[in-house]
Amino acid sequence: MIEMTEIRKVYSTGRMEVEALKRVNLTIGGNEYVSIVGPSGSGKSTLMNLIGCLDTPSTGTYLLSGENVAGLDRNQLAEVRNKKIGFVFQSFNLLPYATALENVALPLLFAGISDKKRNERAKEMLERVGLGDRMDHKPTELSGGQMQRVAIARALANNPAIILADEPTGNLDSASGHAIADLFGELHAAGQTIVMITHDNGLAKIASRSVHIRDGEIVEDNRLAA
Amino acid sequence: MFSTIQSEFALVWSLFRQDAGHNRKRMLLTVVAIAWGTLSIVMLLSFGEGMKLAFHKGTRGMGENIGVLWPGSTTKAFAGMGSGRNIQFQDEDGEMLVSRIPSLAAVSREYSRRRGLTVGTKTVNSRVRGVDPSFGWIRNHVPQPGGRFINEEDMRHKRRVIFLGEELAQDLFGTQAVVGREVQINQSVFTVIGVAQKKTMMGMYSGPDKNQSAIPASTFLSMYTDARVGNFIYLPTSLETADLAKAEIYRVLAAKYRFDPEDRRALSIWDTRDNQRITDNIALGIQMFLGIIGALTLFVGGMGVANIMYAVVKERTREIGIKMALGAKARQVMAPFVLESMFITGAGGALGTAVSISIITIIAMLPLQGEAFDLMGKPTFSPAIAIATSLILGAVGMFAGYFPARRAASINPAESLRYE
Repeated sequence: MIEMTEIRKVYSTGRMEVEALKRVNLTIGGNEYVSIVGPSGSGKSTLMNLIGCLDTPSTGTYLLSGENVAGLDRNQLAEVRNKKIGFVFQSFNLLPYATALENVALPLLFAGISDKKRNERAKEMLERVGLGDRMDHKPTELSGGQMQRVAIARALANNPAIILADEPTGNLDSASGHAIADLFGELHAAGQTIVMITHDNGLAKIASRSVHIRDGEIVEDNRLAA
Repeated sequence: MFSTIQSEFALVWSLFRQDAGHNRKRMLLTVVAIAWGTLSIVMLLSFGEGMKLAFHKGTRGMGENIGVLWPGSTTKAFAGMGSGRNIQFQDEDGEMLVSRIPSLAAVSREYSRRRGLTVGTKTVNSRVRGVDPSFGWIRNHVPQPGGRFINEEDMRHKRRVIFLGEELAQDLFGTQAVVGREVQINQSVFTVIGVAQKKTMMGMYSGPDKNQSAIPASTFLSMYTDARVGNFIYLPTSLETADLAKAEIYRVLAAKYRFDPEDRRALSIWDTRDNQRITDNIALGIQMFLGIIGALTLFVGGMGVANIMYAVVKERTREIGIKMALGAKARQVMAPFVLESMFITGAGGALGTAVSISIITIIAMLPLQGEAFDLMGKPTFSPAIAIATSLILGAVGMFAGYFPARRAASINPAESLRYE
């Protein structure tokens, strides 16, 4: 599913060059549930941006379901993100003026799917995350846990190869956090590949594999007994 | 291919519908700014157009493309005669010129004297002209309904008939019907056959036509036997043949009066085309000047739109980042902004144009009188103005939307997702 080889990412800030990632090699197979753990400044956000095709590596190759995405242009990357990756963010990142249904339909809109099919699919996804009765609510009318469910429904909309979650429980109370963690567990059980960035060790333990990153390098890669 | 374009448009349209109009008050103010700019440019151009038409009419009030021919005195010795010899036209010169010069459509003699015109106990001093019938159309003497100008019959029978300038008729008779009434000149009784329609004259010799009167040249000669032709007026067959006609007049009269055809002082010709050209150019210059002021005003409005769009892009940085993360392509991010700016510009343009046309229509219905209005004319809307305004508006809308939109599309999604 994901094959990163000798990935390096260098940011240049004026005269200084910061090496955020140094020679990262990471392979993630289908139906894996991987947590990427590390302290802040370890390079995990950079890694998440690269996995999510929000950014391109300085050197190295990145094969995403067999396609080399390192050399793609902005529009091609947008298409890859749209079709293969479902993002779940710490701060939900829902459009504030759009209803839950419209938010979930957004990636389908960019995929060029017709009005009718878009709504059907978006409804289906909202029902799957247990929000069938909140479709016409705007984000401000939803609780944090519900907002994150909308975001997960949106991430699932285009049936992506990977769900890429960045601290998905970071803005939630522990009860909502557990519920979201359970939902990820269910999705994984149903065959979804999930990559989750977190510094929450409890959450990391739910995953089937945890990758530890520090100072831009992978220092530990544990496969946990499921 | 067509369905791809169609679905792409449907996509952009959905995005536009979602995005636009979050801040209706701001959008409305921007529309008003564009409407104001449009109003400025349309009104200024329409005033310019009205002025151009008034100038055009005014310079042709005395007659279009005509020339006035006065006798001069020679400045070059020729055929054994010295310089400084005065030329004196003869009565039959007009006919001779028309018959010898094919590029001349018509020539009229003009004799004139200042005389008292008397109606009852009222006497008004006026210039009385003795002219040929062609004078009427060469010199743009259009009779009011119910009247006519001097004709060939009047000439042949030396009739005592008179054509009055409209102000002179007013001075003599007040507002009563004038045609058929009688006027005395030197104890001779003349019947009024017509009164001139009101016209604007931006060029004239020996005073405006509205205060003068015309009688048949034959009648004039029988009354004043010592009268000499003061000048001729001529009309070339067309604007293009006017130069040829002028040269021919010099050639024919030089042969008759034996002066050097190159001696420009022997005859004095006022070619009114020169005035037409100059005033047309002045009017064009004024219109361009007004147009530039209007365009600048509209441009300021356009800057307002661009400014707002930049603010909107800034405000929605995070939102744009989210959309890009979800797979929006650059053009899908840009298009709604361009569309919004085009919408604002289009709505403002339509509003401004509608208001301008209303104002122009209202001004056209006002009974504005006076010399100033005659010269300035009334604002006139024209298709050229509509096209120019649409083009400028279109360009303003495109640029005001394009640059902010391009900035929006250049946002790095990874960074904008961190933007608060």
